[in-house]
Amino acid sequence: MKSLELKNIVKRYKTHTVLDNLSLTVAEGERLVLFGSSGAGKTVLLRMIAGVIEPDEGAILIGGQDMRDVEAEDRGIGMAFQNFALFPHMSAYDNIASPLTVGKSSTSSIADGVGKVARLLKIDHVLSHHPKALSNGQKQRTALARALAGSPPLLLLDDPLRNVDAKLRFEMRLELPRLLAAQGATVVYVTQDYKEAMALGDRIAVMANGTIRQIGTPEVIYNAPADIEIARLFGDPTINLLDVTPKSGPDGIYVELSDVQIPLPGMPVSVVGKPCVLGLRPEAVTFTTVPGSIPVTVEAETPLNEKTVTLVLTARKREILVSRPAGTPGPASGAATIAVDGSAAFLFDKTTGARIESMAEYRTNGEAA
Amino acid sequence: MESTSLLERILRGVALVLVVVFFMFPILWIVLMSFQTNETILSVPPSVIFSPTLENYQALITGKLTTAAGTLDIAFMRNLGNSVFLSTASVLIALLLGVPAAYAFARHKFRGSEDIAFTLLSFRFAPPLLVLLPLSLYFQKLGLSDTYFGLIWVYQLICLPLILWIVRGYFEDISADVEYAYRIAGHSWFATFRKIALPLAGPGIAAAGLLAFIFAWNNFVFALVLASADKQPVTVGALAFVTASGIQYGQIAAAIVLSIAPVLALAIYAQRYLVEGLSLGAVKG
Repeated sequence: MKSLELKNIVKRYKTHTVLDNLSLTVAEGERLVLFGSSGAGKTVLLRMIAGVIEPDEGAILIGGQDMRDVEAEDRGIGMAFQNFALFPHMSAYDNIASPLTVGKSSTSSIADGVGKVARLLKIDHVLSHHPKALSNGQKQRTALARALAGSPPLLLLDDPLRNVDAKLRFEMRLELPRLLAAQGATVVYVTQDYKEAMALGDRIAVMANGTIRQIGTPEVIYNAPADIEIARLFGDPTINLLDVTPKSGPDGIYVELSDVQIPLPGMPVSVVGKPCVLGLRPEAVTFTTVPGSIPVTVEAETPLNEKTVTLVLTARKREILVSRPAGTPGPASGAATIAVDGSAAFLFDKTTGARIESMAEYRTNGEAA
Repeated sequence: MESTSLLERILRGVALVLVVVFFMFPILWIVLMSFQTNETILSVPPSVIFSPTLENYQALITGKLTTAAGTLDIAFMRNLGNSVFLSTASVLIALLLGVPAAYAFARHKFRGSEDIAFTLLSFRFAPPLLVLLPLSLYFQKLGLSDTYFGLIWVYQLICLPLILWIVRGYFEDISADVEYAYRIAGHSWFATFRKIALPLAGPGIAAAGLLAFIFAWNNFVFALVLASADKQPVTVGALAFVTASGIQYGQIAAAIVLSIAPVLALAIYAQRYLVEGLSLGAVKG
């Protein structure tokens, strides 16, 4: 187990800045997920940690030691690549054994090492096969086994589930946390799948345009996204975003949807009259029959195994997604009414995209600082 | 393809036969000539019916050429040995120098790398005659003329660019991630080159080596000008059959058969490998 620290990393290709003054600390034994859409700089960052790309500026510290002049082979890292990068001319056994053949290790200790990790990943029956003869899932497990085989103190996993089918991805999403915990390594895991990020990360670092936009536990990222973009990336179905202008009333700040007032408890007075975007998770919207609710028309309904998602239109033709647990009664097609839980709603500044903190949050953050 | 008419099939067959005859007939004719005496070769009209003789081969192997004007010594077997030695040594040296260079050009983009690579390729553009005169003067000054060393050196002009450019393409086709993976697993760059890059580019290296061998074998002008009789390869040695008492067609034919035999055998043996190797880079599986 080793800690990882990145200080003010900058990387440019010609005039394009890929990583822009990025700093990040990963504690010993922590699982950090780097999350972001493609082109955010995740893979470049990971390769930099591995030592195959040099940063233009900044320092990389592994276990407190500066890696400036340390070659990739001396960094003690295990890495799994998105495209597996298996050695095509070697059997699965030799692939997995490659981190173990460094130095003078005996044949039997190599065999033990390979056998152990192969059993762990359930590929011990295909060890004699060459990568060409392996299924996609087996290739992915072989690549993972190779990364784990040397028991590296720092594991870098570059979107290892990207190129496998949905069923396998689901299995591995359940299996990986246990595997990684057993390994006891510090893990940096890159993914574009928010479910993977939520399932695997102790903390999630959301990257965009070469910087880290927000870093925090999965709960914080989901329940207190730093801006509209992050709120949109996390959650399926995606968050409802509605343009609103908050108003002030006798009971505090509220916004209006189809002339129905939705109170936003705890919002600062400064938002009144400012163009804002209301973020509503589909779970925060419910069908109701209570009078004074928002009238809508049901457009389409999509049953997803554990929940049902309904698309409704308000009187002003604004689209809202409503999610409810599967099996619970919902409206038939046509007219319905919905209620909105204002306390679960987010308010974003329309011009900057940043989330406006409630007064309670503002106070705690102020104290923490 | 399924709706080919009879006419189409016949035409295609005729075309194929024409191509095969066009390319194979000279070889067949040479083989036939090598078993005839000068008289039967020059008889008009030519005939494929003759009593075969081995005296052409006998003359070549014993090195005694009997003509109407007397007996001549010819060094054909020595020429053949020279060809084998020069081509093999040139290709081996070109591989030793060219493969690491190709790897460097493929993996490391340094200042001027494209220019250097292109300069090396441009050696293939210039007609050999252009450089022969200055080269022969230099060689005389340096004491390199009429040495195996000097010839092998000049042969690098033929072999090195070929190997460099073909093998470079193969190295570029190997995913960099595969090499990174091996390094991150704890191996030095040299171990990565040896254990990952070389085996994966293997077919390409073999194909490039074979092509370079054929080009070196076929070379004529460099050896003609820069070496004397005892260092010359078969391509030049065949000139010895143009004697004062006439051209010894039978011996020339036998000499050609003997000199193309090793290359032909090598090419046929490696044919599948060669085609696979040369097309592998272009068409990824």
